[in-house]
Amino acid sequence: MSSNQTDPSGSDPLRLQADVLIIGGGPSGAWAALAAAENGTKVVLADKGYLGTSGATAPSNTGTWCVAPGEDRAQIVERRWQRTAGLADPRWMLRCVDRAYENLLKLVEWGYPFPSEDDGKLYIANLRGPDYMAFMRRRVLLAGVTVLDQHPALELLSNGETVTGAAGVDRQRNRDWRVDAKAVVLATGGCAFHERILGATGLTGDGYLMAAEAGATLSGMEFTGKYTLAPHGSSLNKGLPFRWATFYREDGTEIINSDGEPLRNGIGEREKEIARAMIEAPVYARLDQAEPVLQDWLRQGQPNCFVPYSRMGIDPFKALFRVTFKAEGTVRGTGGIRLATSDCGTDVPGLYVAGDAASRENMTGAMSGGGAVNSSWAIASGWWSGQGASQFAKRHEQRSAFRSTSSPLGEAGLRPAGTTKPGLTAKNVIAAVQAEVLPLEKNYFRDGDRLEASRQKLDTLWSDVRHHLAGAGVDRYRAREAAAIAATGRWSLNASLARQESRGMHRRADFQSNDPAFTRPILVSGIDHIRVEAAEPVQHGKERAS
Amino acid sequence: MIEVISESRCIECDICVKVCPANVFDKTGGAPVIARQDDCQTCFLCEIYCPTDALYVAEYADGPVAITEAEVEERDLFGSYSRALGWKRGKPGGTQFDPTHRIRVAQV
Ligand SMILES: Cc1cc2nc3c(=O)[nH]c(=O)nc-3n(C[C@H](O)[C@H](O)[C@H](O)COP(=O)(O)OP(=O)(O)OC[C@H]3O[C@@H](n4cnc5c(N)ncnc54)[C@H](O)[C@@H]3O)c2cc1C
Ligand code: SF4
Ligand code: SF4
Repeated sequence: MSSNQTDPSGSDPLRLQADVLIIGGGPSGAWAALAAAENGTKVVLADKGYLGTSGATAPSNTGTWCVAPGEDRAQIVERRWQRTAGLADPRWMLRCVDRAYENLLKLVEWGYPFPSEDDGKLYIANLRGPDYMAFMRRRVLLAGVTVLDQHPALELLSNGETVTGAAGVDRQRNRDWRVDAKAVVLATGGCAFHERILGATGLTGDGYLMAAEAGATLSGMEFTGKYTLAPHGSSLNKGLPFRWATFYREDGTEIINSDGEPLRNGIGEREKEIARAMIEAPVYARLDQAEPVLQDWLRQGQPNCFVPYSRMGIDPFKALFRVTFKAEGTVRGTGGIRLATSDCGTDVPGLYVAGDAASRENMTGAMSGGGAVNSSWAIASGWWSGQGASQFAKRHEQRSAFRSTSSPLGEAGLRPAGTTKPGLTAKNVIAAVQAEVLPLEKNYFRDGDRLEASRQKLDTLWSDVRHHLAGAGVDRYRAREAAAIAATGRWSLNASLARQESRGMHRRADFQSNDPAFTRPILVSGIDHIRVEAAEPVQHGKERAS
Repeated sequence: MIEVISESRCIECDICVKVCPANVFDKTGGAPVIARQDDCQTCFLCEIYCPTDALYVAEYADGPVAITEAEVEERDLFGSYSRALGWKRGKPGGTQFDPTHRIRVAQV
């Protein structure tokens, strides 16, 4: 693969010092940067792509979970909690809606152009991705943060006690970079296993791998069974329009649901039936349940959903079009790095985590947080992690004296144990992982035997990755992405095998019912040897939302 | 995937090179080139950041398609996503008119 670019010969590495380094420039990284800068610390933010267009929010249109302070706030949280399949923590949910609300008001104060409702009141519960992230970029720059675009991070640095920065490549200037920092926030998003969905190119689980190398624990990695409908072959995994869809076979006959009625609504309870139908044969859809006025709102409000149709030259309200389920891994799933403290610290001193990089089980349990909760979580956890990291940095002012003892932690995909193998490319590794974790018949509908077979395949693959996978020059980040995808696949399979029940998006054919003994998170840690353990049962039903 | 850079529309500002989250384009001194098409995530964002509507991203994400600049021009597709959003000359706009809140009410 060519690695351009401005200076093909490479140039001297970039070295910077900061109090807080933020890795990832989606909404959670941007909010973390603002909070850390507000706290008076020197902040550097490095993104793989470009702060403003990178990540899952930028190309989308995100609804937030917006709960105004008021009497019914506790009931609203309680009702949402009921939908989390028992794994969420109402205390986190309450703090999250409060923090997110405060920050949405900050956006109002800063002049973000929210739409108005009919009564003239601003509607602050929706953030259109490209506009929101362009706005956040301006705020972050205004706050004096140093932004490094097109600077993927490859690995963390550590002095043996705390995380002391990170290193990576500047993929447009073809040089290495290193930032020494007193605290690091991982805001690297989830892992969608390189499925071609909106905003997910850079979401390859790099943060999980970096955190695990530093000794952090992951939680909820079995909750990767989230899929969303999209026009076949497109990147548009936006479920909302399918609320008004009817589903058909290729010959135009309606697919009949288990109650003998036409199969409708792609984001409701019938999702399973659509997935089953799709395993049998191609499925087509038509948005024929949308009234004309709704059709106009959909076109105006979700222009990106309609781009594919207009470019294909079809009217989705009238014509049948083929659909697929796109796998979304932990992006709309819930797994991620386990939070150890209320300021979004991890098990590793100096390492903080925000947004989709963190486990969202506290917020959404076994259900997807896409569609409302995740974006509020990105705001709130971003803010807390920025505060937490900057306070940690202040407590460790003196650390610079020890900086020379920092060493890099990256291994898989970066420093293989043996020599590189010509046939083992990042691309092949990713394809091999995808074959186990994307197909509906393996990952939407799960079964112990199939999970075990996949686990064995990925264990073999991992041994190859560990011994032989590496990239050269700036393309090192590609090998590292492949390693992170493979590691994430293994964590997900191990956790899925351990959760011997069905709950939310984890659907086991061999354990079809919900088992109260599993009302607790499954934790995974370790890279070559994966350790799986059950956390303490979640305390629920007692202290809820009071 | 990204398919077309119109050299006649391009003013060689290199904004697309800078903003593409997948680092698909390379600078050349003239109009940028699509150097790593397979990395494209089909997010359509380069289109809206381009000040002269010189880029076209086809809806098909799984691989390249055959579409020419002439066809894009003829079907009036250059800049069509920017127009739908209300972005102009590569700058944000239109989100204050977003009617998504009405859909969310209708959804339940
Ligand atoms: C199509 C779609 C629609 C959605 N709609 C909604 C919705 O309506 N409501 C809702 O609540 N949620 C929604 N979500 C979820 C929401 O978008 C995410 O929860 C949110 O973007 C998470 O923010 P984040 O900052 O944690 O991660 P992201 O926005 O994904 O950003 C992660 C960033 O990290 C960077 N990065 C990754 N690896 C590295 C590395 N090694 N070095 C440097 N940088 C790195 C990436 O480039 C990226 O910029 C949607 C998701 C999708 C995919
Ligand atoms: S953003 Fe548009 S005008 Fe600028 S270089 Fe790219 S194609 Fe040309
Ligand atoms: S569609 Fe997105 S990923 Fe593709 S070239 Fe344009 S900005 Fe880059």
